[in-house]
Amino acid sequence: MSAEQLLNDPDLSATPRRSVLRRLARDPQAIITTTLILIIVAAGFLGPIFLAVDPNQADLRSANALPGTPGHPLGADQSGRDILARLLASAQTSAISGLIGAGVALVVGVTMGLIGGYFGRRTSAVTEWVFNLVMTFPGVLLLIVLTPVTGGDYRFTMLIFGFMLSPTIFRITRNLVMGTKQELFVDAARVSGLSNTRILGRHVLSAVRGPIIVATAFLIGTAIATQAGLAFLGIGSSAVPSFGSMVGEGFTNLTRRPLQFLWPSLVLGILTASLVLLGNALRDALEGLRTVPPRRGRTESPAEPVSMGEEDEAPLLRIRHLAIGYPSTTGEIEEVVHGVDLDVRAGEILGLVGESGSGKTQTAFAVLGLLPPEAVITRGSVQLNGRELLGLSGEELRTYRGKTIAYIPQEPMSNLDPSYRVGSQLVESLRATSTLSNREAKERVLALLARVGIPDPQRVFRMYPFEISGGMAQRVLIAGAVASRPALLIADEPTTALDVTVQAEILDLLRDLQAELGMAVLLVTHNFGVVADLCESMAVMQKGRIVETGKVRQTFAEPQADYTRTLLDSILDEDTVRTDPPVAPRDHKEVAR
Amino acid sequence: MAAYILRRFVAGIVLAVLVTFITYLLLATTFDSVVRALLGPAGTDETVAAKTTQLGWDRPILVQYGDWLLHAVQGDLGRSLFTSEPVIPAVSQRLSVTLSIVLVALVLSVLLSIVLGVTAAVRGGIVDRLAQGISLVGMLIPGLLLSIGLVLVFAITLKVLPATGYTAPGDDFGRYLAAITIPVFVLVVAGTASMSAQVRGAMIGELRKDYVRTLEARGLSRRAIILKHVLRNAAAPAVTVLGFEFITMLGGAIFIEKVFALPGYGTFSLNSALRGDVPVILGITAFSVMLVVFVNLLVDLAIGWLTPKARML
Repeated sequence: MSAEQLLNDPDLSATPRRSVLRRLARDPQAIITTTLILIIVAAGFLGPIFLAVDPNQADLRSANALPGTPGHPLGADQSGRDILARLLASAQTSAISGLIGAGVALVVGVTMGLIGGYFGRRTSAVTEWVFNLVMTFPGVLLLIVLTPVTGGDYRFTMLIFGFMLSPTIFRITRNLVMGTKQELFVDAARVSGLSNTRILGRHVLSAVRGPIIVATAFLIGTAIATQAGLAFLGIGSSAVPSFGSMVGEGFTNLTRRPLQFLWPSLVLGILTASLVLLGNALRDALEGLRTVPPRRGRTESPAEPVSMGEEDEAPLLRIRHLAIGYPSTTGEIEEVVHGVDLDVRAGEILGLVGESGSGKTQTAFAVLGLLPPEAVITRGSVQLNGRELLGLSGEELRTYRGKTIAYIPQEPMSNLDPSYRVGSQLVESLRATSTLSNREAKERVLALLARVGIPDPQRVFRMYPFEISGGMAQRVLIAGAVASRPALLIADEPTTALDVTVQAEILDLLRDLQAELGMAVLLVTHNFGVVADLCESMAVMQKGRIVETGKVRQTFAEPQADYTRTLLDSILDEDTVRTDPPVAPRDHKEVAR
Repeated sequence: MAAYILRRFVAGIVLAVLVTFITYLLLATTFDSVVRALLGPAGTDETVAAKTTQLGWDRPILVQYGDWLLHAVQGDLGRSLFTSEPVIPAVSQRLSVTLSIVLVALVLSVLLSIVLGVTAAVRGGIVDRLAQGISLVGMLIPGLLLSIGLVLVFAITLKVLPATGYTAPGDDFGRYLAAITIPVFVLVVAGTASMSAQVRGAMIGELRKDYVRTLEARGLSRRAIILKHVLRNAAAPAVTVLGFEFITMLGGAIFIEKVFALPGYGTFSLNSALRGDVPVILGITAFSVMLVVFVNLLVDLAIGWLTPKARML
């Protein structure tokens, strides 16, 4: 990955600051909440200057004065203290509490996060341990317990509370630092002779800034709420006006003067709610856009099914004019596969070749009905044995999946559920697609594991996915795929993630199984060596279109499309076993995979 | 697995010792004023010194703490300085009141969060936005104001629930339920607001994993995949939050006890802290830390059971 790509990384850590500010300036939620917070804070600091009334001056003559009483615009409390003056002073208390609490959390969290994330493993483990301890402190209780120590000074209390809040910031900083550390530019900086401190200061701090600002908004809110809560409980000096103590006093006087309770509750509620909402707005702005609601298993039905001309022999799988799109940031559907035609005949192995991002995997997933939730099939038809698959519900598709169509993924490890033993996963899916009893299914799975070349099936059956090797996991997945003797096997780069020696074994296994079961295989790959090794026919895809189809031997000898020729040329100089044709830069469409 | 539990348990013990030690250190700075408060205005420098010696507070701090720890291990946390009440029965009696509220609230929050979080993640769209809206509202309303509002409506205006007071479940279960309804509701609102967001996030992250697609390709029903596979894997991060949520609820219960005049742990700590009742404060700290350690151990056990990989770590 080049430095330029890093800068364009959609990750929030690298979002250019100016665009975030612009997005914020347009977000009404951010504007309104910021305005409210600023008004309250400004009133807290400036108000007492203009309103020369001592918030603590008790005057029993004006006790419980109603709003509008001369000298007391919002009335006075039980001891005759002016409510407006007390509200303003409380706003100041809140602002100072928020600043101290969040400030301490920031200083402690960022400093320790930088240290814990940047330096060696031991430093990291120690800081992690300490902050995990801090996190399990029962915070409020400890603050109460420490009242004799703080002597009721809310600033001291908030100082301690800041330490209790710091783990959040520590976590964020440390994780981002560890991530950034891996990236090239820090390595480059180190090579070019910058000192550790310079690296931390310049590069890492700029990356962690965004998420920390978001967290700080929430922390200020928490600190303010906690200070108010403690004052409500009666902890802290009664000489310091606070929303909490005002709420508490108003509460005791609730039936006589409900407004005395309402005012502080209202301001406190607005202040803390604004901070939470501002934090949410900041997060949305930094993350670019709000997340797409996940909706899986239901692709939109094809807009225009296309009627087919007569053909001599009906293929097992017939794809016509298949087009797949994704909603872009503007909300329009952006097509990534533009009308693919493809036939797979019963019992044949067809290689679907193309570079990353050509849409081959998208096409394969469309057949399985397993496109990502945001994908939209805009037009086309996918027929299996003459039956249309597009537009079928998840339940209807389920009658094909596993039984008629099976699937082998690319990355073996991530395609097994880490929490269940290998055997139970296979038994479960076998039972879901058959009427076998648990014992029969288990015997069948053991036989299958032996068939796919696993030396000790009994042992592997009882192992967890993370206890077996990648090659072994791929064998397990193949066993799972062929368990119900499917008519069509879709293999998505089945060997790409494996070691070269294991690759050959897996290809042999696939070839044997195909011959044994007589199934058709749609082999998605970017590797011409695999195609030459395994396939009879091939189709070449480029930028969402099929540019060439034909028999493998013929295509290799006389490629028709320029693109095929380029691809072939680029690999024929190399060793055919290890063939990685030039990979186009991954664009965002492939990320959806 | 046994080694894993043992390691977590030892870490918990270390935490308990550390927290009580830090608390002791901090409290030690106030010993002088505590003794003066204990003796009242009649206390002279001599009587203060004598009392300090009597309490053992003139010894080196490490010796004092070691002595306290030694007794604590043997199940002796001393007596209150002001009421001479033995600390252990006093604290556990109040704790049972608080736990009879917090545990009910925790269980309800967990159930609600799972339903809300899973539905939001799986359904998406409007259901998701609705669930997120509910969660946001729950987060925005300060629990203190919510409890007072509910008291106003249900206790003072409608008179269907008691405004204050507590009845033990063993004495009269119906009255117990009535007494805890509003407090539990307030805790559940806050708990569900934060936990359902966690469940939702974990579910969304898990739903996007490769194995979900592969299981689906093998013909498993979506329902089975979500309930058996996705939920189990998403549960581990959510369970971690559960541990923190328990601590948060213990803290929240303090405010609620004040509003509803419940004779719980929070009220007790508050009064003891304001008086500077050192043995009680230390006892409360020890109890809560052990409680947190115990809950975290349960969390670790649950995670170990849910995710086999965690057992290896």
